[in-house]
Amino acid sequence: MNIVVCLKQVPGTTQVKINPQTNTLIRQDIKNIVNPFDTYALEEGVRLKERYGGKVTAISMGPPQAEGMLREAIAAGADQTILLSDRAFAGADTLATAYTLAQAIKKIEGYDLVICGRQTIDGDTGQVGPELAEELGLPFIAYVNKIEETTTGQMRIQRMIEEGHELIETPLPAVISVVKEINVPRLPSLRGIIKAKDAIIPVWTAHNLGVDPSMVGLDGSATRVVKIFFPERVRHGEKLQGDLEDQVASLIEKLRKSRVI
Amino acid sequence: MEYLLNEQQKLVKNLARKIAEERILPVRADLDEREEFPWAIMKDLADSDLFRIFVPEEYEGLGGGCLDLCLIVEELSRVCSGVAVTYAASALGSFAIRQFGTEEQKKKYLPDIAAGKRLTAFALTEASAGTDATALRTTAEKVAGGYVLNGTKQFITNGGEAEIYTVIALTDKTKGPRGASAFLVDKGTPGFSFGKKEKKLGIRASATIELIFRDCFIPEVNIVGREGMGFIQTLHTLDWSRPGIGAQAVGVAQGALEAAVDYARQRVQFGHPIIALPAVQTILADMAIQVEAARALVYAVARTVDSGAKKITEESAMAKVFSSDVAMEVTTKAVQIFGGAGYMRDFPVEKMMRDAKITQIYEGANEMLRITIAAELRKRRGRRE
Ligand SMILES: Cc1cc2nc3c(=O)[nH]c(=O)nc-3n(C[C@H](O)[C@H](O)[C@H](O)COP(=O)(O)OP(=O)(O)OC[C@H]3O[C@@H](n4cnc5c(N)ncnc54)[C@H](O)[C@@H]3O)c2cc1C
Ligand SMILES: Cc1cc2nc3c(=O)[nH]c(=O)nc-3n(C[C@H](O)[C@H](O)[C@H](O)COP(=O)(O)OP(=O)(O)OC[C@H]3O[C@@H](n4cnc5c(N)ncnc54)[C@H](O)[C@@H]3O)c2cc1C
Repeated sequence: MNIVVCLKQVPGTTQVKINPQTNTLIRQDIKNIVNPFDTYALEEGVRLKERYGGKVTAISMGPPQAEGMLREAIAAGADQTILLSDRAFAGADTLATAYTLAQAIKKIEGYDLVICGRQTIDGDTGQVGPELAEELGLPFIAYVNKIEETTTGQMRIQRMIEEGHELIETPLPAVISVVKEINVPRLPSLRGIIKAKDAIIPVWTAHNLGVDPSMVGLDGSATRVVKIFFPERVRHGEKLQGDLEDQVASLIEKLRKSRVI
Repeated sequence: MEYLLNEQQKLVKNLARKIAEERILPVRADLDEREEFPWAIMKDLADSDLFRIFVPEEYEGLGGGCLDLCLIVEELSRVCSGVAVTYAASALGSFAIRQFGTEEQKKKYLPDIAAGKRLTAFALTEASAGTDATALRTTAEKVAGGYVLNGTKQFITNGGEAEIYTVIALTDKTKGPRGASAFLVDKGTPGFSFGKKEKKLGIRASATIELIFRDCFIPEVNIVGREGMGFIQTLHTLDWSRPGIGAQAVGVAQGALEAAVDYARQRVQFGHPIIALPAVQTILADMAIQVEAARALVYAVARTVDSGAKKITEESAMAKVFSSDVAMEVTTKAVQIFGGAGYMRDFPVEKMMRDAKITQIYEGANEMLRITIAAELRKRRGRRE
């Protein structure tokens, strides 16, 4: 099986700060990690390769430092990687991201399956997977928690729905997004890390891809981030006065009034 | 402290720590309580290539040295010594193959050992032969095409779980130690069975068991080196592996030190965290000094081993004796700092104290090793070295 796994580098913390002028994330001083859901996508790709043979290509669109993450992907079992990196890609929304990823994936010969994470922990939209499928003209199955069986051109998968599971058969190639229930990602291996150290991480630019410049980056984005802000926390705290007995009495009174007790 | 580790050494140390914290920490209390062999963790170590470290590259290993092994053992032991010794015993049990084995033996066994598919064990001790290894009774009688083993080994780490055993037996009873030879015995060989599994004070995740040989035929090709070399091979094996026991001791002491500092920072008595008490500070400082000194000695000795030095008996005994005494003292102090809580199984330090004790006993009891060191001192002065 020829498998493509989409990985995104995200800030390794939920305590992200936002630049009030530009409304963008302040990415300095934050250690970047691979989007946690994408580690399950990679692991599943590697497991499928181990079961059926073939190769795993890890692909990411991001700044040059995403190279480190792709090296880790090699240590974790990816055979090759592609980094899509170009100033022209900056500021992409999910539409432009999916378009750019799709143009790159189209250049990978004879792929059978594209695996994404269910969503990222920064952008958090979960839209790139389905949009990617749309761009590629392929079926999309979200929230996959088990790949039952793969035969030539066909795959049986289980996906999570609100009240249970759905068993789906899909022709290949297809795009899927996976949930964390699907596997336990392996630890890196020494041989993998050593291999990753010497690996060459090809970088594809807008020029290499031959993409329409008006379709990528900020220009290719259908949406604009107008403002990013933390919801203001309004606290309705009240300090009870008096000695302990007064406080207890007034507390009980308040609880009664609000029908808590 | 800057120990000038190279890239590979930093890599293995970090990887071993990651595995210890992510995979061992959540289950260590349970493994201890149930005396369960840590198969799942052995698989993790295998998948991460850590068994490859002590196997040469020609046999699918990564050709690491004694220091690489010590770093891994230390990191594993910092979280659980029972797991650490299970891993280390496979390095011990395969040493004879690596060092004295024939090309066929290496090709047959080492790739599987490197892949962690098969664990190994080293079997010397018998009921009558502990510190006095010359009192061995297990015999290997020469017959057509091989040898027949008879006897019982006791207290063998990884026994029952390992697939490959290096067994020391007498090929010539009249010659004493010079009549001992080493054999490679596969699990499942007819006449080879397992006896009692010991219930232990500490390192309870590890397996310690009796090996029983009843007319057990071993083909000629499974003798390691020549007949009569078994005792010398054993001395070499233990010289090489004792720094690893030192590392195990440093690891458990480090774990106890960290736990003690964390606890002292958050336990409040008389209105302050107890770490504010001079008496507690003194204990913690002494613990830290001892752990660091032991680590420095273990690393220095491991580097001496890796330098290819021929005579390492004295140094490797020092690394083991000093560190194991430190481990016992430091873990005991950690329990003291925890007070009553330290005595309870809800906290990790009582386990560390139980785990530390073994390092003073196995691979040569410390009393015997001190005698060995003294003997070397005498010899060296005699030679005016
Ligand atoms: C509210 C909001 C704020 C944003 N703020 C910023 C900002 O400040 N700065 C900025 O640069 N961008 C910003 N973006 C853009 C956004 O983070 C991404 O660049 C992109 O659109 C991916 O969307 P997502 O993170 O929601 O991915 P999702 O759709 O949640 O991702 C699903 C899966 O798609 C794959 N995938 C997603 N992105 C990539 C990628 N780049 N490469 C490879 N695979 C991928 C992964 O497998 C992932 O698990 C913002 C987006 C939103 C919605
Ligand atoms: C958990 C565990 C795992 C083990 N794993 C293995 C293994 O994998 N393979 C293996 O071959 N063995 C193994 N052993 C055996 C271990 O190496 C021996 O227990 C150790 O060598 C001590 O021998 P002994 O128990 O017979 O004690 P003894 O030799 O009976 O010693 C008892 C006491 O007398 C002291 N003593 C003895 N002789 C002298 C002397 N000449 N001078 C001063 N003091 C002396 C000792 O220091 C000790 O304090 C293991 C033991 C344990 C407990």
